[in-house]
Amino acid sequence: MSGQFTMDDLVEIMQTSIGLDDGVDLGGEHADEQFTEIGYDSLALLELAAQIKHRFGVHISDEAALDEMRTPREAVNYVNLQLSVEAV
Amino acid sequence: MVRPTLPHPPVGIDICRVLFEKVSRGGAEPLRVSNGFGAADDAVVTGIGVVAPTGIGLDAHWQAVLTGKSGIGRISRFDPSHYPVQLAGQVPGFVAREYVSGRLLPQMDIWTHMSIAATDAALADAGVDPRDMDEYEMAVVTASSSGGTEFGQVEMTRLYQLGPHRVGAYQSIAWFYAATTGQVSIRHGMRGPCGVICNEQAGGLDTLGHARRLTRTGTRLVVAGGLDASLCPYGLTAQYANRLLSTLDDPLRAYLPFDVEASGYLPGEGGAILIVEDARTAAARGGEHYGSVAGYACGLDPPPGSPRPRVLRRVIDAALSDAGLAPGDIDVVFADAYGIPAEDQAEARAITEVFGPRGVPVTVPKTLTGRLYAGGASLDAATALLAMRHGVIPATAGPIRLAPGYDIDLVRGAPRERALRHALVLARGYGGFAAALVLRRS
Repeated sequence: MSGQFTMDDLVEIMQTSIGLDDGVDLGGEHADEQFTEIGYDSLALLELAAQIKHRFGVHISDEAALDEMRTPREAVNYVNLQLSVEAV
Repeated sequence: MVRPTLPHPPVGIDICRVLFEKVSRGGAEPLRVSNGFGAADDAVVTGIGVVAPTGIGLDAHWQAVLTGKSGIGRISRFDPSHYPVQLAGQVPGFVAREYVSGRLLPQMDIWTHMSIAATDAALADAGVDPRDMDEYEMAVVTASSSGGTEFGQVEMTRLYQLGPHRVGAYQSIAWFYAATTGQVSIRHGMRGPCGVICNEQAGGLDTLGHARRLTRTGTRLVVAGGLDASLCPYGLTAQYANRLLSTLDDPLRAYLPFDVEASGYLPGEGGAILIVEDARTAAARGGEHYGSVAGYACGLDPPPGSPRPRVLRRVIDAALSDAGLAPGDIDVVFADAYGIPAEDQAEARAITEVFGPRGVPVTVPKTLTGRLYAGGASLDAATALLAMRHGVIPATAGPIRLAPGYDIDLVRGAPRERALRHALVLARGYGGFAAALVLRRS
């Protein structure tokens, strides 16, 4: 099964567990911007990985969190890739 | 880029070292330390930000102090029914979201939220835009006594109830004492010599002494002072462990320093941030200032049971000496005022030894707020600067009948209007910390 993790899911995690500024549309104009440019540090990405593991059961290594999920869109794609690999 | 170091000796450090040696050797003679500056006003306070039980903002705080409006009440942050202490000074109407962005809010403890609000207000008050200054010429030195205990409690609860994988990543940075210094440094791009001072309730004064050291060695602006906000079940339990907190349930009678009914102190949250600048660059900027850090000293009590005297008296002497002043030059003393009979007695004796019986007006605004830990002395320094600016010694709310043997002129009833040029602020912390700061009106 693919496509289980949506941009809305990512935004929800960012809002509730990590912090999101008003008016920042992660799925829109910032979808391809690096998290670091939007203001997030490596701790934010580690927390994102931990939340995805908890909510969607996808294990993401620290290295992958930092290297494979550099932008919001990359993060959504990477999680869905892992979901599809696990589903096979 | 660091400005060329001026030919100033590291006086404050020398004083601390000399004082420490005197204390550790048990020398009884008063310290006579010359700072080589005489009446130099080389470090000035250009901005103040207050987030305290007396209110948010300088005006609200000063009006509360003048009118004796207490910020002490029943703890509302959580249900304190099962705790021996149920009263505290809480900041009224603080909404963190008004000061901190949604992205940063979950990363910080409320103590850091409050500190950011106070820092932003202090910089605005100073008329400083940090973007106009070299990032290495600005530093942040705050005091903290508790760190981010409420944040830590939430994460510890997750650890015990849900397991280690559910502890948030921001626990790694939000709880510890330097968190506020770090967040303020990042927020305003201040990359000079930053630090945190953890001297319990004396730390607020120590940051101002340290800020002066930094301005003497090439730093142009220092965000100094501090806050604490530890009114959560875990934080209150930790504070209660020293058995010095009052357990009375009357908000007006529970914290009565120097009074015959003194029964301990009440805790509080908040404090003040002060912007300390090199007087020359501040003058070049054209900014006004409240006054200067004219004298400072710190010390540590001898261990319990030692025959050596406690250190406060000599810390006061050293601060006066550092300022190049005699006791008669001091117009008002902001006392530490623990509210514990033995501590009150020791402080009253030290004040009387230096200034003579009823030799100087003494005031304690902190009966309106409770003891704010690192924030207490910071707020007292801010209040002292306001008192000098307005020519008013605020009255101490609460104490009515001084305990026998306290021969101090505690200002009670109504504020006293008079010209004030020098104020002495005293602070002590659990474990023997002591600090004294002399402020001179601009």
